[in-house]
Amino acid sequence: MRDLTEKALEKVRELGASYGDIRIVRRTSESIEVKNGKVEGLTSETDEGFGIRVIADGSWGFAGSLTVEPDEIERVAGLAVRIARASAQVAHEPVKLAPVETAEGSFEFDVQKDPFEIPIEEKIKLLLDADRLMRQIPEIKVARSSMNFRRTETIFASTEGSYIEQIKTESGAGIEATAVAEGEVQKRSHPASFRGDFAAAGYEFVEAMDLAGNAERIAKEAAQLLKAPQCPSDVRTLILEGSMLALQIHESCGHPIELDRVFGTEASYAGTSFLTPDKLDDFRYGSDIVNIVADATAPGGLGSFFFDDEGVPAQRVDIVKDGVFVGYLTSRETAEKLGRRSGGAMRADGWNRIPLIRMTNINLDPGDWTLDEMIEDTERGLYAEMVGSWSIDDKRLNFQFATEVAYDIEDGSLGQMYKNPTYTGITYEFWGNCDAIAGEDEWHLWGLPNCGKGEPVQTMHVGHGVAPARFRNVRIGVMEAPEGEDV
Amino acid sequence: MLGRNRALAMLHRAIECSAADMTQATLDIGESNLTRFANSMIHQNVSERNAQIAVKAAIGKRIGYATTNRLDDQSVEAVVSKAVEFARHSQENPDFVSLPAPKPVPTIDTYDERTAAYSPEDRAGAVAGMIAEARRVGASAAGSLSNGYQESAVVNSLGVEAYNALTMADLTTVMSGDGGHGYADRISQRIGDFDPIEAAVEAATRSVRSRSPEPIEPGEYDVVLLPYAVVELVEFLAYLGLGALAVQEGRSFMCGKFGQRITGEKITIWDDGLDPRGLPRPSDPEGVPKQRVDLIVNGVANAVVYDSYTAYKEGKESTGHAIGGAGAYGPMPVNVFMRPGGSSVEEMIASTKKGILVTRFHYTNVIHPVLTVITGMTRDGTFLIENGKITKPLRNLRFTDSILERLSNVELISRETKRQAWAVVPAIKARAFRFTGVTEF
Repeated sequence: MRDLTEKALEKVRELGASYGDIRIVRRTSESIEVKNGKVEGLTSETDEGFGIRVIADGSWGFAGSLTVEPDEIERVAGLAVRIARASAQVAHEPVKLAPVETAEGSFEFDVQKDPFEIPIEEKIKLLLDADRLMRQIPEIKVARSSMNFRRTETIFASTEGSYIEQIKTESGAGIEATAVAEGEVQKRSHPASFRGDFAAAGYEFVEAMDLAGNAERIAKEAAQLLKAPQCPSDVRTLILEGSMLALQIHESCGHPIELDRVFGTEASYAGTSFLTPDKLDDFRYGSDIVNIVADATAPGGLGSFFFDDEGVPAQRVDIVKDGVFVGYLTSRETAEKLGRRSGGAMRADGWNRIPLIRMTNINLDPGDWTLDEMIEDTERGLYAEMVGSWSIDDKRLNFQFATEVAYDIEDGSLGQMYKNPTYTGITYEFWGNCDAIAGEDEWHLWGLPNCGKGEPVQTMHVGHGVAPARFRNVRIGVMEAPEGEDV
Repeated sequence: MLGRNRALAMLHRAIECSAADMTQATLDIGESNLTRFANSMIHQNVSERNAQIAVKAAIGKRIGYATTNRLDDQSVEAVVSKAVEFARHSQENPDFVSLPAPKPVPTIDTYDERTAAYSPEDRAGAVAGMIAEARRVGASAAGSLSNGYQESAVVNSLGVEAYNALTMADLTTVMSGDGGHGYADRISQRIGDFDPIEAAVEAATRSVRSRSPEPIEPGEYDVVLLPYAVVELVEFLAYLGLGALAVQEGRSFMCGKFGQRITGEKITIWDDGLDPRGLPRPSDPEGVPKQRVDLIVNGVANAVVYDSYTAYKEGKESTGHAIGGAGAYGPMPVNVFMRPGGSSVEEMIASTKKGILVTRFHYTNVIHPVLTVITGMTRDGTFLIENGKITKPLRNLRFTDSILERLSNVELISRETKRQAWAVVPAIKARAFRFTGVTEF
């Protein structure tokens, strides 16, 4: 492949580009979907191509193609430079990149059990076992279970001299039981909602989930939710389970620290950010116990890599230190504007997408509580589990999340189950009211395979390491009963 | 361009090398180009050429599905083999009856040479004009302008054979300045159908009017929703319950309600994939011709859309609403129309004593699918209406409300409709919209 990357880089140099890089990406995926005892989807995908990114006349251009052949590489290199020159027709500040050491080498994530080598029948059986156990509960009308595997092989080469090969294998799985009654639909999931949990790991990660062992439990809970009362409207202490807290971090911390958003380049689509550069090293994002890092080096993290998609090594970057906002997710271009080096967060969803600043693993450091201690220490509150839905404004301030289930906390004990729980708040007020975080034993690095950003939209796989945490004075129970409906 | 003959020949070769009882092969191939701008500069400018061959193989009632973007003979044979191998190793799906049988597919004109050939320089020129409009009012311009073409073909072993080439042009812009934001978008299969400058003027004017927004207490307000906001409600209805799989699984708001009133009688919603006022295409990814389906008629739940899997399960015919892929998510209406009324946005404002005008929603998501309760934020132009006039811009609000309940309280519907990606909708005025929170801008 090196002859092909050299050809691309030579061509863009010859056409006058001041910078150029090429990524050749090959991706293999496999997914299995089981629903109500039937294999509804058994899918294999292969995808291959290359993308060339250049700076010419001080502007960016990018072009990609599925045909990894010398003539096409030459055509696409020419098109990328032409596009950059078209960009430069509009008045602009010339792009400057923060320096980076050139790198060379081959890197691969270790997996214990290659998921693509496990027989299909074995994987289907594991899902069908869980499916059968969920459907033993009569109220369960839809039982879904799924597995997803992906291997991405990337070659990155730049006009600055880097040549990096990386291979990453990912595995994920989950089960979901949906109970249906007259006018009511409720669901429970394991180990997390929206297709489960994911990691840069092999089939051993799926085996450790014990899908079958949790199937009956979640099915019973979904059935119980049909008869549970509506979550009350109140202002209470809220304790969040890990996978819900992972999404809270994703939406209210991960996105607003993307420095391209901060500088306005997502303004027309995803939005901007309240964490403007004047707040860096000064703004109180959370309480003293809140410490958040962006860690692309975390073992097994879905957002981990060896080098990002502009050749910057993976790093662990402080984002919130003792409650104070201290860092961003950055690229070479945006870091330069702050006079910093890139933190290595440029990631592309395949060969046909330009890298954007994306989350790596945005992790909340563990505290020194346990979940049980937090509950015992709470006089009146709500314990909420697993993501139901999410919504947040375009500067990432006002959020509202729904969870699958919640339980009353009265005098230190869990009580009444509630359906349709919701909670809402303003990001920095919410994190400012965080007064307890569980410890390392309950800390888990969750994988989210569905982070959307950019135009054309790019779906990124990211990670969030968290332990359950407690927040004071949270508004809960936002959903009201529509007229004439008993919810 | 690959062209009809080469595309179909490639798929026929795939079908011929399949050892399955039934095989379907689809091809999507095309180019897409997008110029993005922000802070009144082009910051991202991309082009791609890509393709996908997808093969669905059925051995008895066992199904396998495989895709590749490699088009050489060896890769096509390999993807067919993979689909067949997966089918062999799969379990029987008793609900699977058959791939669709062939039906005549109409020929409609969805390809425009100028749109396909629109160059990076053309896009940069259009963006420069839009940025000039922003500067004229002291605003900063952001947005994207895209164009491209796609050829789609499908062949199955029962004789289905369909091919279509279409072009697409899409423009979105947000203009910002002094705390004010204004939005506009345009979409068409022909780039000549819209004027980027006219869209820029719309967004720039709105951004000026929304400067220095003031807070307001959340609560119930009458609302005037521009089509950019209405489309969000209609799309969520389509997603939540207007496909047959959602009904078969019991999670649709249509369940048990067919023939009953579910919205106010002013509301009629249908899907018509052949109507040129939308973004037509002659057939779905299974090669089934698009049928018009009247979904909600004068407020009464009437019908949902089908693909072959959900239709044959009920002994019905597909309405041409498969959405592609392995089919796990079921059929969806993607060419939705909402019947216009006899009003105008100006008349809606004039008839409102106290209310809020919403330009668009942001980050909307579902809280309760059967009750159609969703939540989201307002964005890019939210205004207070007092005594029949817009009196001031407002900071953005969060809403949490039931779509069906709000569509049961619609007072006025505009004559004019607007074409958007999935739907063609009017503006509406509705009573007692529930705003449940505020933000700081």
